[in-house]
Amino acid sequence: MSEQNSPVAPALAGEGHIAGGLPPANPKQRVLNRVLGGSAGRSIGLVIALLLLFAVGTITAGDRFANVENVLTIIRFGSILGVISIGMTFVITAGGIDLSVGSLMGLTSVVATLSWVQDFADSTNWIVMVVIALAVGAGAGLINGIVIAYGNVVAFIATLAMLVGARGLAEVLANRTTQIVRQQGFLDFFRGDILGVSILIWIFAIVVAAGWFLLNRTTFGRRTVAIGGNLEAARLAGIKVKRHMTSLYVLSGLTAGIAGLMMVGRTTAGTSTHGTLYELDAIAAVVVGGTLLIGGRGTIMGTVLGVLIFSTLTNVFTQNNLSTSVQAIAKGAIIVIAVLLQQRFATRASRSK
Amino acid sequence: MITVDQGIPLLIVRGLTKSFAGVRALKGVDLEILPGEVHCVLGQNGAGKSTLIKTLSGVNQPDEGEIVWRGQPVTISDPVAALELGIATMYQELDVVDGLTVAENIFLGHEFATAGVTERRKTSRRAQEIMTRLGHGGISPNREVGTLSAANKQIVSMARALSHDTKLIIMDEPSAVLDSEEVKNLFRVVGELTAAGIAVIYISHRLEEIREIGDRITVIKDGTTMATNLAVADTPTQDLIRLMTGRTVENVFPPAVPVAPDAPVLLAVDGLGLAGSFDDVSFEVRAGEIVGLAGLVGSGRSEIIETVYGARKQTSGTVTVEGTRVEPGSVRAGVHAGMGLSPEERKSQGLILDEPVYRNVTLASFTRWARFGLLSERSERAVARKQLEALELRPADPDRPARTLSGGNQQKILLARWLVHGTRVLLLDEPTRGVDVGARAEIYTLIRRLAAEGTAIVVISSEIEEVLGLADRVLVVAEGRVIHTTAASDIDEHGVLDLVMKGSAA
Repeated sequence: MSEQNSPVAPALAGEGHIAGGLPPANPKQRVLNRVLGGSAGRSIGLVIALLLLFAVGTITAGDRFANVENVLTIIRFGSILGVISIGMTFVITAGGIDLSVGSLMGLTSVVATLSWVQDFADSTNWIVMVVIALAVGAGAGLINGIVIAYGNVVAFIATLAMLVGARGLAEVLANRTTQIVRQQGFLDFFRGDILGVSILIWIFAIVVAAGWFLLNRTTFGRRTVAIGGNLEAARLAGIKVKRHMTSLYVLSGLTAGIAGLMMVGRTTAGTSTHGTLYELDAIAAVVVGGTLLIGGRGTIMGTVLGVLIFSTLTNVFTQNNLSTSVQAIAKGAIIVIAVLLQQRFATRASRSK
Repeated sequence: MITVDQGIPLLIVRGLTKSFAGVRALKGVDLEILPGEVHCVLGQNGAGKSTLIKTLSGVNQPDEGEIVWRGQPVTISDPVAALELGIATMYQELDVVDGLTVAENIFLGHEFATAGVTERRKTSRRAQEIMTRLGHGGISPNREVGTLSAANKQIVSMARALSHDTKLIIMDEPSAVLDSEEVKNLFRVVGELTAAGIAVIYISHRLEEIREIGDRITVIKDGTTMATNLAVADTPTQDLIRLMTGRTVENVFPPAVPVAPDAPVLLAVDGLGLAGSFDDVSFEVRAGEIVGLAGLVGSGRSEIIETVYGARKQTSGTVTVEGTRVEPGSVRAGVHAGMGLSPEERKSQGLILDEPVYRNVTLASFTRWARFGLLSERSERAVARKQLEALELRPADPDRPARTLSGGNQQKILLARWLVHGTRVLLLDEPTRGVDVGARAEIYTLIRRLAAEGTAIVVISSEIEEVLGLADRVLVVAEGRVIHTTAASDIDEHGVLDLVMKGSAA
């Protein structure tokens, strides 16, 4: 995404001809359309929405809301969802979808906390738990990717199957129990903080930075956009589309593994119910953030803002002792409004071609 | 820079054949390209030009035949192989990615990168160089392609073709989205490329363009090379048109029945226009009359018929059916007024492929047999069966899924649908596309019979001969305007092509 070169004020000089189908808007309006239609513009909209939420929080909850501690709580609350949303951003940018991430969080949390894994970690190092969880997440993603890219199964169905199957496997492995973490090294790390900031937030920040770099600064990221934007053009340009699609689902599975570990850290336990419905929250955050559900346009910063909007919303409601049900209604409204706006921009953009 | 080695062909194609699902798209194409020449490939729609391009650019694999590249027989297994040989293609449909920048598009698939990290400065600089060479240095390499006009996207597409070590560029109707000023720039670029020894295969309908920049011409018709290596300078236009026209397959058209002068006007189209597509189209169709729209792909003929039907909303003008003005942009109103459309894409736009034949027939009117919202399958089937018998559907089994029938019989299902519905005005878009030659005559007879029974029919086809053979009256369409109206008996294929090509030069 051109977060770095925002198309806010493209130099019209030197371009001989503007498309014939451009709506006869006055120049001011046209500039406005471009500002709002560009990714930077969408991000500005999200920042405004976030500020509004902060204002509401400050007015209704006063100092309880507006303090550094609470802001860190909001970010920490969003960090786990944030990590899988970054993986989801890649998949959706390429025109795919991954419904399995929530279940994979459950599965990886269970596998990482299996008693033999913890024993093994005790006798070696807690990193073992991390490596195994990440391997399980990436492996499940690989299966998703192969079924989708090489088996030509629609991503929605393939990952839906993984959603169901992984949750079941997690239940079998955990024997429907909650597996408490007794590995102290693991707990020390995941429940610790650096410079007073929770390690969960650090992990989120690192994943965001890596995701941004990968999407915007590497051939992998740019090819992801190409595949989502114009599959045929990508193929004709010699991109190995199947392999690329597969690796995107591996990436998404990997973020589910990271999120599963963060969940274990936060709750000090692994259970098959971890991450339930997280896939839908992640999709919502990605779409609200401005990544096109049909692919071809993705923004990491937008996703981060989408995640923060949702976690701030939850925080504001909790501070005001409002029920989670009311919260859910507000969340639904936000999703619809965001997508409606997005579609308006999309049609406007296609009309001006 | 490539050394210009005139005389030794860069590319030789011999006896290329290619079939798709039993239909022979190429039946033996020969082609020879010299370094540094502009070689024009001429042919009507459906002659096999696109298949030829796709075969040379590695998208299709030929069934038979030989491709010799710089003296060596080669197999072009995929697009990457073509690019590695030095064959780059600019496709007619824009093959750029809107979400990427100009520079990213140009180097997509062969980016400058260190360990996967793109070298943005170098990419930008090289993109800028190529764009400047193409006379569009003003377009910033960091601009998102989605914000560019169609013409400028084409420039990006060409820049991409040049970003490889290209020895042959295939341009598929590059001027289609360009205005005259941009066409001049395109020709300047082509001139520079050929001066550097790069060969260009140039595909265009516009004879004037070919006269201006072409060196030699190959004419393709019905998947076969009719003539090759004609010098542009001394081949008369009449000869080219003669080579492009005239079918090798005999088509049998039923005799036209004179339309009674007092026959009522069933369809009246007045000053119809759709911004950006066509303008000021007026015609009338009487009961029993077949009116044909002749024009090339992209002339606006499909858009006209879809707008008449209500599938698109006109920006000006009116459509009147049997004296009643039809609400613009409403298919429901169109069908209610008595119009029926058999669309160009039968499979995606016309039929529900997995439903049985009879349900497809009754689709537009099944509520008629419904009682309290419940469908009466038996009466539906009976009505469909009667109609299908009249149309001689084969196999005459109303319960088979529509998918299993041949193209010709699928067309009959659509005709039956509108007959059951009591349609008075029938709009047929490419009625014989995908229909084999034997079945065509049958479809033609059916269409003529429907007219004789008092239906007003509008037919459009990319096969000019079909329009002329079938219609009573012909409207020649070019670039969204009706440029000529005449009795079908007063014009031949030749004349239509002449009009279309002159029209598009304007």
